[in-house]
Amino acid sequence: MSAVAEKHEEQDIPGTVMFDGHQSMKGYALNKMCYSFNQAENREEFKRDEDAYCRKYGLNEQQREAIRKRNVLDLIEAGGNIYYLAKFAGILGLGVQDIGAQQTGMSLEEFNAKLEAAGK
Amino acid sequence: MAKIVGGITTSHIPAIGNAIAKGLQDEPYWKPFFDGYPPVHDWLDRVQPDVAVVVYNDHGLNFFLDKIPTFAVGAAAEYQNEDEGWGLKPLPPFPGDPELSWHVIESLVRDEFDITMCQEMKVDHGFVVPMSLLWTGRGKKPIRAIPVEVNTVQHPLPSPARCYKLGQAIGKAVASWPDDCKVVVIGTGGLSHQLDGTRAGFINKEFDLMCMERIVSDPESLAHMSIHDLIREAGAQGAEFIQWLVMRGALGGQVRKIHSNYHIPISNTASGLLLLENAA
Repeated sequence: MSAVAEKHEEQDIPGTVMFDGHQSMKGYALNKMCYSFNQAENREEFKRDEDAYCRKYGLNEQQREAIRKRNVLDLIEAGGNIYYLAKFAGILGLGVQDIGAQQTGMSLEEFNAKLEAAGK
Repeated sequence: MAKIVGGITTSHIPAIGNAIAKGLQDEPYWKPFFDGYPPVHDWLDRVQPDVAVVVYNDHGLNFFLDKIPTFAVGAAAEYQNEDEGWGLKPLPPFPGDPELSWHVIESLVRDEFDITMCQEMKVDHGFVVPMSLLWTGRGKKPIRAIPVEVNTVQHPLPSPARCYKLGQAIGKAVASWPDDCKVVVIGTGGLSHQLDGTRAGFINKEFDLMCMERIVSDPESLAHMSIHDLIREAGAQGAEFIQWLVMRGALGGQVRKIHSNYHIPISNTASGLLLLENAA
């Protein structure tokens, strides 16, 4: 095992992907596309032809498939950073509880109940 | 002489901006959160700070991954808020204090903090929500802001110890400004939360309450944590606590807690509010 891989192993926190240089290189095109969604005209262009917009930003097949499926865990696996992905979720009208529920396999009600329970 | 008159910590969750825009402060979901703020408003009205140093993290409005500064300090006459992509209505610009900004920048670099200097800097919810919570719509003269942006997006993030020391250097910079000026330092973000991964929704009340206690009495023990410790205990985005440590470093040695509030949940997050003054 390389020194870098060893370091990643020992730093592993369950259910958590550290957005490090490796992830950032992998997800650069995906995150750059999501960054473009700060502008309303880009959001409109994406909605008109999603796949054409993904290709324009050079997303690979794995990333385009994850965008098609609206699958947040797959988007993270493909190098997506949550702050940029939130802009994609915004286009879909999804908030952070919606994407939390999706990632944890819960219903929205179950996810909200989990958040409430943390305060007890 | 310029003087740091106090420190405030507050969450900067976008949903708070939405609740303010829609006037939801008295709704049952929001009331326990917003009820924490009037004592801080009273203190601000009494002390009347001239300048706010606002320590926050950009979430992909001003900075993209092509260039991520570890620490960036604003030196603009005003700071624009813009569309972040998910519907929060942009607020009017916030006035800056470029002369004091440049003084802080010069002092920081002299103290070996090689920060990025920004004469244009779009500010996102990380900056705007605290400004709204503390000042907007209260009919007071607008405070002049100095944004201090900390990287919490791209690992490696600056260590808690480095952030605490940056705060100390900011405190020293302010204290060496010859003009009369009252400065409040705002540490934004946190407390525990995680938006991404199968651990999404993670909140750690016990750890948060320990942090809220120790940041008053023993901040150095918190500064000894690693980023990895912080993320394990506070969640991936709980790393924003490093911005609280910048605030605490700027205040200096002994502080007195004037007010605090802690509430779970706001959005996916445990929200913490603190108002501190230097002990006389």
